[in-house]
Amino acid sequence: MLVFTLASVSLVFVIGIGLYYRSIPILNKLSWFDLLTKSAWKPMKGLFGFYPFIMGTLWVTAIAIIIALPLSIFTSLYLVEYAHAKIKRVLIPFVNLLSGIPPVIYGVWGVLFIVPLIQEHIAPHFIEFSTGYSVLAGGIVLAVMIFPLIVSIITEVLTTIPQDLKDASLSIGATKWETIKKVIIRKATPGIIAATVLAISRAFGETIAVLMVCGNNAVVPHSVFDTGYPLPALIANNYGEMMSIPLYDSALMFAALLLFIIILLFNIISRVILARLERNLTT
Amino acid sequence: MTNTPHISVQDFNVYIENQHILKNININIPNKSVTSIIGPSGCGKTTLLKSFNRLLDNTANVKIDGKVLVDGENIYDPNVEVTHIRKKMGLLSQRPYPLPMSIYDNVAYGPRIHGIRNKSELDELVELQLKATGLWNEVKDRLNASATRLSIGQQQRLCLARGLAVEPEIILGDESTSALDPVSTHIIEDLFINLKQKYTIVLVTHILRQARRVSDYIIFVYMGKIIEFGPTEEVLLNPKEELTREYVKGFIS
Amino acid sequence: MIKRKIEELFFKVLMILATIIVTGSFFLIVGTIFSKGVPYMNLDMITKIPGGGFYIGKEGGVLNAIIGSLYIAGGATILGLIISIPVAIYINMYIDGKKFKSNLIRLAFDVLFGIPSIVYGAFGFLIMVYFGIRASLLGGIIAVTLLVIPILVRTLDEVIRTVPGELRDAALSLGATRWEAAKVILRQIRPGIFTAILLSFGRGIGDVASVLFTAGFSDNIPTSLHEPAATLPLAIFFQLGSPVEEVQGRAYASALILTIVVLIITVLAELLIKKFSKHKI
Ligand SMILES: Nc1ncnc2c1ncn2[C@@H]1O[C@H](COP(=O)(O)OP(=O)(O)OP(=O)(O)O)[C@@H](O)[C@H]1O
Ligand SMILES: [Mg+2]
Repeated sequence: MLVFTLASVSLVFVIGIGLYYRSIPILNKLSWFDLLTKSAWKPMKGLFGFYPFIMGTLWVTAIAIIIALPLSIFTSLYLVEYAHAKIKRVLIPFVNLLSGIPPVIYGVWGVLFIVPLIQEHIAPHFIEFSTGYSVLAGGIVLAVMIFPLIVSIITEVLTTIPQDLKDASLSIGATKWETIKKVIIRKATPGIIAATVLAISRAFGETIAVLMVCGNNAVVPHSVFDTGYPLPALIANNYGEMMSIPLYDSALMFAALLLFIIILLFNIISRVILARLERNLTT
Repeated sequence: MTNTPHISVQDFNVYIENQHILKNININIPNKSVTSIIGPSGCGKTTLLKSFNRLLDNTANVKIDGKVLVDGENIYDPNVEVTHIRKKMGLLSQRPYPLPMSIYDNVAYGPRIHGIRNKSELDELVELQLKATGLWNEVKDRLNASATRLSIGQQQRLCLARGLAVEPEIILGDESTSALDPVSTHIIEDLFINLKQKYTIVLVTHILRQARRVSDYIIFVYMGKIIEFGPTEEVLLNPKEELTREYVKGFIS
Repeated sequence: MIKRKIEELFFKVLMILATIIVTGSFFLIVGTIFSKGVPYMNLDMITKIPGGGFYIGKEGGVLNAIIGSLYIAGGATILGLIISIPVAIYINMYIDGKKFKSNLIRLAFDVLFGIPSIVYGAFGFLIMVYFGIRASLLGGIIAVTLLVIPILVRTLDEVIRTVPGELRDAALSLGATRWEAAKVILRQIRPGIFTAILLSFGRGIGDVASVLFTAGFSDNIPTSLHEPAATLPLAIFFQLGSPVEEVQGRAYASALILTIVVLIITVLAELLIKKFSKHKI
């Protein structure tokens, strides 16, 4: 048992080391700084600038969080503070079902529903022409994907806030909303932050759904209707052909390493916050 | 009864999850005095207390019927403004629950909600209530510190000050000293005795000694029913009902 | 007072709207998949392999991908269980006194759970290169196993924690060795193990990024571990990119199949989880 436990726990390190080891060739050629800040992506010429991909990832993630966070917070508040037990029993399973839908299905939905929606109904109000494949499409699809994650964490945090604390505010004559605004939100802030960090890291790593709707153009996006090319999509799209070009595979491994490091950090941060919060609220 | 009732409960029944928790309650709580609710654990004391300021409304699967009149107004009337009812009553719970903000903001919380914005007016109110609860000298130099930094006893007095700041008529306390050390308990008890000049006070307590020390009247509740109600000495020392006698037996001997 | 009430009403409406959007998006997705997929659904889809190449051939179905997915998700779940059950028991029994250590291990699995499947895919690929395995059923199983281990461990850990400590102590005090006590507990959590299997299988069957470069792709049903295997999600992804309308239709129908399978699995898991009141984030 100990062996299995150690082996699987050390997977965290083994993955990191393995990816780093395979990134060494490119790191020997180019500095971290160059890799992260250069925009030219021409593997045939040995140019590996990850900047457009990093920006693609950031755009998509930012859009997803901006959409998902307020909606998820309001939903959680409604479910915990207002909804009758019966309504809650009906609605919560759907949030869970949403989390069970595979990424590729989100992708198909994005292609069939969101992309045309943007192309025909949203983009025309702002710009002349858009195919719909854009960082906005990626952001919307991702937002829906992270709803269940954020909602489940925040509802859990909200339910651990003692009723007596809420009563303390209500008994002074505060309305339910005033209590939410001034007491509950404040108390739940660490949990909301943890949920957000976790959602960001989830959005960073999401591959296939984003790849299907973002357009995948290696240029830095400047508006929500521009195409983008997030890091995971880059890895997924190019794995087959990379072997023939020198350093290409190492560059992609570097991309995976980058994702791994960022997501690892974000996960540790949010989990530590959540563990603390659980301790504080339950004792 | 020497004075007119402040709270009048009439044919009041509460069901939670189809269980009959409070059974046909009829009681008149006297004005400007301390009334203690005593009874064994689970008999419905907290439920009764929370029904006075409609905090019961938030319980899942609750059914309430009957009337509770406060100043002659039925608080369960659908047209009644709940926040208005609650503003009339301060609640002190079993453990102190300071709001997640500074000491000052805790006391100013109620007045601000009810529309007082003027800084000097708020300052005055905060000082007044902190003095009324004997906290002023202890906290006047750190009004902006987080309320959770205070000791438990201080927190409970802060909660009392917070409740008083909205100028209620009634104070409800649910075993408000059970988490406190003897010294803090004594301070709170003395506060209740002083506050009854201005407020009607209803306390739930497990400690018969405390009931005797602070209260003028006692309500004995058993399995959701009011068994006996009367002046403190009478109920504790010379109960009319067998059940009450059984419960206070340890106290008399 | 009026102002306060209007504010409350305003935000309440906002909350209800948000809830409708969040829960409604589920229906929107399932609705889209059904309305597009049903017209292309036929018996051939689940009984035939694609005729004339998956990308251009107009005939046949996706039996190859269905079987491939079942093999990979099934194989990975079995392998994952063999590893996860001892780990979950270890966390809960052997180091019970040392809270810190077990919580650290839990943290590690929470973190592993958060690592995206594309990273597992890349890492799985590294392992394959190291051992000289080509893209194959085996490669896919390895990558997906890595992916599902954290899910299995977390779920099992959660259900084991619902077993009362007294039961465990009783088992131990009867002179049972820890392994025998573990067996008692395993019997207790049988429905929990089933939940874990469902969750793991559901995740394994739906994931693309981990099998993208580890399982390869083939129009045929794999007959050995070393042959490349198609998977349902990958078939959806590839077929959707085809210019041929019939092939795109097959992608929609495949998406419908996958959605139905995964929904059934999720609902079953959901029902089972209800038995263990609290479930994890
Ligand atoms: N939210 C609830 N759900 C279900 N039952 C409840 C709920 N609140 C109270 N009850 C039940 O109502 C009865 C009375 O509870 P209440 O809290 O009023 O008792 P109490 O007299 O205050 O007890 P204690 O002295 O232990 O505080 C109990 O049997 C309790 O189980
Ligand atoms: Mg009580």
